[in-house]
Amino acid sequence: MPGNKAPLIELKAATKRFPKNGGGIHTAIRDVNLSIAPGEFVAVVGPTGCGKSTTLSLISGLQPASEGETYVRGDRVTGIPAGVGYMFQADATLPWQTVLDNVASGPRYRGASKAEARAQAREWVQRVGLGKFEKYYPHQLSGGMRKRVALAQTLVNEPEIMLMDEPFSALDVQTRQLMQQELLRLWSGSDAAVVFVTHDLEEAIALADRVVIMTASPATIKAEFRVDLPRPRDVEEVRLTPEFLAIYRQVWDSLRDEVEQARATAGQPDAK
Amino acid sequence: MTSPTISAAPPVGPGYALSAENEATLLAGVRKSNRNAALKVWALRAVIVAVWLGSWELTATYVIDPFFYSKPSLIWDRLIQWFSAGTQFGSVWENIGYTVLEATAGFAIGTVAGIVLGVLLGRSRYMAQVFSPFIKAANAVPRIVLAALFIIWFGFGISSKIATVVVLVFFAVFFNAFTGAREVDGNVVNNARILGASKRKILTSIVLPSATTWILSSLHTAFGFALIGAIVGEYAGAKHGMGMLIANAQGTFDSAGIYAGMIIVTVVALLAESLITTAENKLLKWRPSQVQNQIKGI
Repeated sequence: MPGNKAPLIELKAATKRFPKNGGGIHTAIRDVNLSIAPGEFVAVVGPTGCGKSTTLSLISGLQPASEGETYVRGDRVTGIPAGVGYMFQADATLPWQTVLDNVASGPRYRGASKAEARAQAREWVQRVGLGKFEKYYPHQLSGGMRKRVALAQTLVNEPEIMLMDEPFSALDVQTRQLMQQELLRLWSGSDAAVVFVTHDLEEAIALADRVVIMTASPATIKAEFRVDLPRPRDVEEVRLTPEFLAIYRQVWDSLRDEVEQARATAGQPDAK
Repeated sequence: MTSPTISAAPPVGPGYALSAENEATLLAGVRKSNRNAALKVWALRAVIVAVWLGSWELTATYVIDPFFYSKPSLIWDRLIQWFSAGTQFGSVWENIGYTVLEATAGFAIGTVAGIVLGVLLGRSRYMAQVFSPFIKAANAVPRIVLAALFIIWFGFGISSKIATVVVLVFFAVFFNAFTGAREVDGNVVNNARILGASKRKILTSIVLPSATTWILSSLHTAFGFALIGAIVGEYAGAKHGMGMLIANAQGTFDSAGIYAGMIIVTVVALLAESLITTAENKLLKWRPSQVQNQIKGI
């Protein structure tokens, strides 16, 4: 993606601190500067528990920054900005609603009539490949299928910004790759920008245009790498190409120190 | 699995036919053993009831005084008498009607109040903190005694009984609604906020449905309390109702009448219980236990 477009998302020296349970302050992220262009797919990689998710909650407006600013489309984020979709790490589907009604909840909240919302939802349920399962309840579905529901639930609002917080980390390897492929397929048909948080470097490189490395806690941005692998990509095949491996080696050199540092401090109570 | 299609399939080979036959016999065997198990359970239940009632009848006839302890045949006669000739306070149906009316009206008011207050306090940490000592104290009060006070306030009509029922039902529902509203998954709420839900929508489409499981499970005990409240209210002073019939039977040393009243109230309670269970199953049909067939894989 060309970098000369006006940024869609901009974090300027954003810092987020939380009061810790036993007193004291935990700094999740510190001085984060990040700008993301419209339609860009950015993966944010860092050691587990370093504060990657906090970055997403600042962009989504679910939490305010302690210091610094967040801008979406040039406007300072004070509430949830329009056109934002967020896919959480844990399941957030409503267990008492069918697949179709879960997907329809976005349009319903935004004031569409029941019939209208269902028609939109039906289209997306089909697009994520759950056409036959629209009357099922979430507990009747496998983990991968529930992720598809969450994906449809997010996409039905046609977000301009998609925030994804390790959405596939709970899935087994084969299902994860399948879902990654599905994500790329659905994303290529939209012009949404994606901020994809993961601790899986392979996943990051296979999906993104740009990989951002975050340091161990308190997290800040350490380095950025452009991924110029051609699209459309096959996430399973692309991993085996020499270009992929070259980028992987380069990024891993940067990430390794952070992972080691996170491991070293993991035993301490300060870790999270 | 339907066995006719299996038998209609062309014989593929001895191995296939054999396994199909095994499957059919296996399923038949399971059905048969299920039937037998149910039969056994019911047989033992019948034996227990027969031994219990029989021994009571015999002891009351030959050993103890049926005037004080009554016996099944006397109770049966009293029930027959009440349902055919009526009681000395009008037809028994009318008295049942009063009790049920008081219980259901109080149940409805108490439930709505319990849900509204429970959900509101469950969603507001501040309000919960402010009100928690009051609610704990109110819950510790022996509320059944209020029945006497309500008679002074509202008289011998049904309103004093409804008031007693309300104070009993309210707390049963309130605590569950409160917990249910507090236990709502924060992730689900955040997801709804991102999808565009307003505060009101979050309350009606997320908080209330998630608290429903908790609320419904409280309704079973709550309806039990409702009947107790109505009976005690009538017992304390009334012109109609099962509690009044029981109180009157006590006043006239009619122990068979007390038992007959108890049996009628028990039947009413069991009917109400099954209604609540039906409603619960309808409202909670999304629960995992309701559906056996899981789909695995993508």
